Amino acid sequence: MQLFVEDLTCVRGGRTVFAGLSFDVSDGRGVELTGPNGSGKSSLLRMLAGFVPAAQGQIRLEGGDDDAALGEQCHYVGHLNGVKRAFTVYENLAFWADYLGGGDVMAALEAFQLENLGGIPAGLLSAGQARRLGLARLTLVHRPLWLLDEPSVSLDEGSRKILASAIRDHMKTGGMAIAATHMPLGVAFAQTLKLGAGRG
Amino acid sequence: MHAFMRLVARDVRLALREGGAVSTALGFYLVVVAILPLGLGPDLNLLARIAPGVLWVSLLLAALLSVERIFHNDMEDGTLEVIALGPLPLELVAAAKSLAHWISIGIPLALAAPVLALLLNLPAEAFWVLLLTMITGTPAISFLGAVGAALTLGLRRGGLLLALLVLPLYVPILVFGVSTMNAVITGPAPFLSSYLILCALTLATVVLAPIAAAAALRLSLS
Repeated sequence: MQLFVEDLTCVRGGRTVFAGLSFDVSDGRGVELTGPNGSGKSSLLRMLAGFVPAAQGQIRLEGGDDDAALGEQCHYVGHLNGVKRAFTVYENLAFWADYLGGGDVMAALEAFQLENLGGIPAGLLSAGQARRLGLARLTLVHRPLWLLDEPSVSLDEGSRKILASAIRDHMKTGGMAIAATHMPLGVAFAQTLKLGAGRG
Repeated sequence: MHAFMRLVARDVRLALREGGAVSTALGFYLVVVAILPLGLGPDLNLLARIAPGVLWVSLLLAALLSVERIFHNDMEDGTLEVIALGPLPLELVAAAKSLAHWISIGIPLALAAPVLALLLNLPAEAFWVLLLTMITGTPAISFLGAVGAALTLGLRRGGLLLALLVLPLYVPILVFGVSTMNAVITGPAPFLSSYLILCALTLATVVLAPIAAAAALRLSLS
């Protein structure tokens, strides 16, 4: 499976954020997106997820499920965690498992060390715990492409290591990951893509 | 289909868990209907004559209170993004969430209407029509409301704008809902023709509104 991004241009609010961006990612590889604020890291990830239409250029995923849209083959973890405060931690994941198509809730809870918090309403979680719950979606349902926007925000040292090992495991089993970050995630990415270079 | 039902079930459960929405709508409905006779005076004939209109208008207002929640909460905590990456196209997402709103708010309001009708001296023979037209018309209220909710998603304090956008769209439902009831209470217009138009309005809304709502959602997500 391979993701191709060709000559991609992003225009937001009349301003060209980046233009002519091309890169490709293949199985088991990852891309680290870096660049100053406003250089289009988040916009690129949202374009890949299909939320933001491309002004020009195209995004193709080859060798995947041809019937499914790109959005259905990727996980997007943005600035928001996608956690329902009124549901318990377990219910949150159980719904995603059901809705997104199967997955082992207990295993995902354990992967992000949330197993002792399963019965607690998600509204009572700390920022870091809620972030971990949002990230647990990644291991809950298998999808080949992970789009991570500042995934380590509000995580402590231990949790960052858990995240790093989850990304490494995902790439080891043939998955792809694209992560925008200001802090090193502790994962060896095959490529680093610097957006907005020279713009300052 | 499985994912659709899961989404409906989740939204209904959330509405019940978060509580506020259902009881606020019911409470608002009760207060508006109860306050009106105080303003109009105890003329039982007058109240009976205006009862269908009062019950319908206050139901619209009560339903409007919670329409904003159809998408707003999910947008705010990011769950809408994850739902959008799921197996359902946004049109079906909008339909599922509108259906859940009808089940959690529309049906309770429709069921409360006959009780409130007692306060307005509605003729006894009109009670079944009241319930029937309300059950038939309320889905359209939820589905049209979802269009407004999707359009005002990105806005802070979009509630008032939502009312401005959506209330005019409710007019056909209101007109035929009330005229169906008047057909039974006062005649001479036939009951069936008004009722069938109300059914047609609801069916068309249920099919078309999710398409409009999905287009607005795409815009909000980008």
